[in-house]
Amino acid sequence: MSGRGRTSPLSPGGYATCFAGIVWREALRFFSQRGRFLSALVRPLVWLFIFAAGFRSVLGVSIIPPYETYVLYEVYVTPGLVAMIQLFNGLQSSLSMVYDREVGAMRILLVSPYPRWFLLSAKLLAGVFTSILQVYAFLLVAYFWEVEAPVMGYLTLLPVLVVTGLMFGAMGLLLSSLFRQLENFASVMNFVIFPMFFASSALYPLWRIQEASPLLYEICRFNPFTYAVEAIRFALYARFDGTSLAVVTGVAVAFLILSLFAYNPSKGLIARRGTPAMAD
Amino acid sequence: MTQPALRIDGVSHSFGARTALDHVSLTVPAGSFTALLGLNGAGKTTLFSLVTRLYDSSSGTIEVFGFDVRRDSPEALSRLGIVFQARTLDLDLSVRQSLLYHAALHGIGRSRASARAARVLEKFALSDRIDEKVRNLSGGQMRRLEIARALIHDPALLLLDEPTVGLDVEARQGLILEVRRLVAEEGRGILWATHLLDEIEMSDRLVVLHKGRVLAQGPVQEVLDQAGGTDLQTAFLKLVNAPGKTAAGREAAE
Repeated sequence: MSGRGRTSPLSPGGYATCFAGIVWREALRFFSQRGRFLSALVRPLVWLFIFAAGFRSVLGVSIIPPYETYVLYEVYVTPGLVAMIQLFNGLQSSLSMVYDREVGAMRILLVSPYPRWFLLSAKLLAGVFTSILQVYAFLLVAYFWEVEAPVMGYLTLLPVLVVTGLMFGAMGLLLSSLFRQLENFASVMNFVIFPMFFASSALYPLWRIQEASPLLYEICRFNPFTYAVEAIRFALYARFDGTSLAVVTGVAVAFLILSLFAYNPSKGLIARRGTPAMAD
Repeated sequence: MTQPALRIDGVSHSFGARTALDHVSLTVPAGSFTALLGLNGAGKTTLFSLVTRLYDSSSGTIEVFGFDVRRDSPEALSRLGIVFQARTLDLDLSVRQSLLYHAALHGIGRSRASARAARVLEKFALSDRIDEKVRNLSGGQMRRLEIARALIHDPALLLLDEPTVGLDVEARQGLILEVRRLVAEEGRGILWATHLLDEIEMSDRLVVLHKGRVLAQGPVQEVLDQAGGTDLQTAFLKLVNAPGKTAAGREAAE
């Protein structure tokens, strides 16, 4: 058997097949792990049903764009919870990447003949796809809890969710390259998720935060999560917030470039250190 | 002249201050069974990681059927099948799903992949387990599935990194026979990493790797002559310069 004469597998159809395979595998894993889907759904619903309902009488939200009237606190907090779903999903995907690296499944992905940037991006997009499923499942439940957006808003939200999902996924991918073991990475998740969520406009409008603490306001302004929340908030009302989208896109691209560098076979962190199973 | 399946020339690699491979050069002829013999820590897994381009070597070149793994990595990697030492199966997938996923990673569409999956599963006596979850397979079946998976894109060179680790005697012998059949009947090249001398036959080619360096290579008889030993164990121990009663010697002899 001579291997010399065969043609390269990298046809456009081959790329499409490879991409579809990676998305399919992520979807299979997602649906086989029902607990993961349920917890992804229950977490924001708890915030919506308990936290937001409790604060409804305490926190009034004045008329701020994109809202054209006073809104219930549940309505205000929903875009933040959507972003939280994607943040959790992004880090969950990265957690599974660290796990895959530990158990070796990641190696099977990386020895595919397709370029590494393509494989990692496809895996990232597959994670975004599952996060979008979770978001719409959450919005469906929220709809029956008086959180209604214009019908067009549910459509205009979709492209924005792709960008915000990519940002969180790329951030997780970069983080996953920094950790060799699952235990270390799991503990880091808490240090990332909660500060990002609380120091943002997810729970309170920025003007209110500014009144309470100028320092916290500045932190919120430099937190990319704030811009993801605002991009989602505007898109849900069929409006586009250019600044937020630009920041989210820029941060997504930056994280993606850094994570691709980290996974680069000749320069990246993985190359310099190897992984535990590659040490022999 | 036939292009070698694998040609490694002057490859070195370090992890920080630790040198894992030091100017390694070796050749695996097409259609041959080549055993890569080395103790634990010899650098076998690192070498496999470099050949499959999990990461790049610090220096030297690696070619698969004449394709440089760095410069022409799609051409090189599409001709390689790999079975890593540690299990790399997704336990939540079924046998069929594992194979279709791997085929997709090589750009092979669903219908073609299904036909190939049926063929390789038959070859490795796993046809009746096709819809079984991977986690329900025995250790030997998982290994056979990994080899079947590595063959789904029809590679001309198969790399196996200590594939018999953790298998019982019967499963181990069966696996070796099946892999040798791939050479005899299908003409595939095999690079078989091992630290077990009884997995090597006189008709094989042999590469002895020790502490990141190639100590000898060639047909087994040639290596015996070169080392001055009457049998593989003596020759190996002479090569690694360790007395027969050391732990290293005992491990290789077992």
